[in-house]
Amino acid sequence: MSDARGLAPVPKRTNPLGFVASGVQALQRGVLPMLAVGWGMRDEGIGLIVALGVGLLLALFGGGMAYLKWRKLTYTLGETDIRVESGIVSRATRSVPFERIQDVSLEQALVPRLFGLVEVRFETGAGGKDELKLAYLSEKEGEALRDVVRARKDGVTETISEADTQTGTVVEAPPSVLFAMNTQRLLTFGLFEFSLAVVAVVAGAAQQFDFLLPFDIWDWGGWKDLLAEPGGRLEHLGFALQVIGALAALAALAMIGIISGIGKTVLRDWGFRLEQTAKGFRRRRGLLTRTDVVMPVHRVQAARVTTGILRRRFGWHGLSFVSLAQDSGAGNHVVAPFGTMAELEPIIRAARFDPPDVHLDWQRGSARYRLDGALLAGAILVPAAALVAATGRPWLAMAPILGAAFLTLRGVFLWRFERNALSPKQLFIGSGWLAPTLAIANRVKLQSVEISQSFIGRWRGYVTLQLGLAGGTMALHGISEARARELRKAILASITATDFSELAD
Amino acid sequence: MCRKPISPLHWSGGVSTSGVDVAIELGCVLVKQDSMSAITENSAAEISDEDSVLTPLHHNHVKLLRVQAFLVSVPFVIGSLVLESAQMLPAGSFVIPVLLAAAFLIIRIPLRRHHARGFTMGGDRLRVVRGLLFRSDTVVPFGRVQHIDVNQGPLERYFGLATLTLHTAGNHNSSVHLPGLLNADALAMREAIRSHIKSEAS
Repeated sequence: MSDARGLAPVPKRTNPLGFVASGVQALQRGVLPMLAVGWGMRDEGIGLIVALGVGLLLALFGGGMAYLKWRKLTYTLGETDIRVESGIVSRATRSVPFERIQDVSLEQALVPRLFGLVEVRFETGAGGKDELKLAYLSEKEGEALRDVVRARKDGVTETISEADTQTGTVVEAPPSVLFAMNTQRLLTFGLFEFSLAVVAVVAGAAQQFDFLLPFDIWDWGGWKDLLAEPGGRLEHLGFALQVIGALAALAALAMIGIISGIGKTVLRDWGFRLEQTAKGFRRRRGLLTRTDVVMPVHRVQAARVTTGILRRRFGWHGLSFVSLAQDSGAGNHVVAPFGTMAELEPIIRAARFDPPDVHLDWQRGSARYRLDGALLAGAILVPAAALVAATGRPWLAMAPILGAAFLTLRGVFLWRFERNALSPKQLFIGSGWLAPTLAIANRVKLQSVEISQSFIGRWRGYVTLQLGLAGGTMALHGISEARARELRKAILASITATDFSELAD
Repeated sequence: MCRKPISPLHWSGGVSTSGVDVAIELGCVLVKQDSMSAITENSAAEISDEDSVLTPLHHNHVKLLRVQAFLVSVPFVIGSLVLESAQMLPAGSFVIPVLLAAAFLIIRIPLRRHHARGFTMGGDRLRVVRGLLFRSDTVVPFGRVQHIDVNQGPLERYFGLATLTLHTAGNHNSSVHLPGLLNADALAMREAIRSHIKSEAS
């Protein structure tokens, strides 16, 4: 066995038993076709021979491929990185610098375990996708490799972890509550969570499951009878009462919407509590399923202030953080679902973001982008209207015309209110029409900057600025090319000043 | 005349599709260029990404794109020949349009795609520009690179080319590909980026 601690960067092969293990796994997959062939040809005398032949061929092929793969797979432990080269026909080389390795894990599936082999995985900030895997090493070798990589990595980050533990002992103060919701707030929140979708579902269900009702609501004859009974039971109640009846039906549907909204909200956000602890933000919520999430402050990549069409009229907003998701799947975490701006501001500051101040130089997007959008909608919807009108239903043609008018109006609003601003530390993006969202990103924590442009955009002079954000997406659509370049230059200057490994301040 | 300056987003290739134009450009592409010297020049000058001149990809990249286009068009040509043998329409009504389209796809499009691509290796960032109808101009700072791949498919191996891939932690552009580099250049670029990561962190 070669010494994993050797300093000279020599390409090494994985454990030779590895290809045997892979071969056994290939054989496992080959057993089924073998049985199938044997079963299919059981009436003929040569069935068994053919089946065995197929099995042997598959085993030989699988084994041969596994051997070639093993021959071609080498790993090199260099001064600053670990490198894996593989591939028989295609060649793939992956290099992972030690500074970027966040953890090394050893995994054992059943067959490799029988042979005493492990698969070594190197986790980086790329978050699980496309990470480096090394299959298979002997258990001893795998553990040695893990120790070496951890040692070399710690040589660089030791100072940081020391600082971390120091602040950890100093900040032994009891966790401070940043945000909590009492029952009254929760119920108010539930009122705004009224969802038309639920009403539609209920109305649809009434249609689907009408057989459960004691009478048939779609039986027009029955309704007519009810109305036309001697004296007309409903008719003689008068017009006013009929209107009241219709309103009562609507109110019943609205009640269903409100109650389901409140129910959903109470189930999800009961006992909502956001605390700032030494380890970061800690959020607990839920009535039946109680969740408890801890988010280190330095892992927060961006903040989003959201609102709703109605609730913004009453000054209610929500706050969520985009975080480098590690254990919980989603990268977007609600930290304050329903509060006033005055309540949200301290949370934003606690995550080391600055809320927008009055000195920000807000910039609009390109008017041409919105104009083109409206023209495109018109180009599709106006001929559609003409087509509908030609079929002899002129009043139906109003629908596409109204649609085009709506989209144009929306475009004007979006041009008027969508905006972006750059502060020395942060990028602000305000987007949306009726329920605007404000996204705040730390310039340093962005990963890449891309300017993309369609052929129309190239002709009309607007672009999309795509920013690489860990755990989420962030983009500016339809801004002028000059503005995009200005933003990119400034953001890149911020990014290049700090290395990824120093971001965990 | 040969190497049209590729401005980052205002790329305007020859609009003419006449045979003469193609012939001239075909001649041009064969002009040999030492792409490695271009790389070192750029990194030495430390130009900001905005005004920097793009380094074109290796000329073998055109050949690679042509072979790929050829492989794509083969089934269509065979299909047109089959339809032709059925003799449903006058002779040549299937084969001629398909062959013309295939010729355009094999001769013209790879050249335009090649010209639309380029990169700039800066002192602390890599810029990758690509796309004909949909242009994209991506800058990845070395300080945000998580790991680096150098991959070679069978065709790329034949032409001595390689694809450099930078992986970042962002959801968008989690892997940025730069194809059409000489294998040696790709390896050299990887080393440069890697050493930058090391010097930054320590």
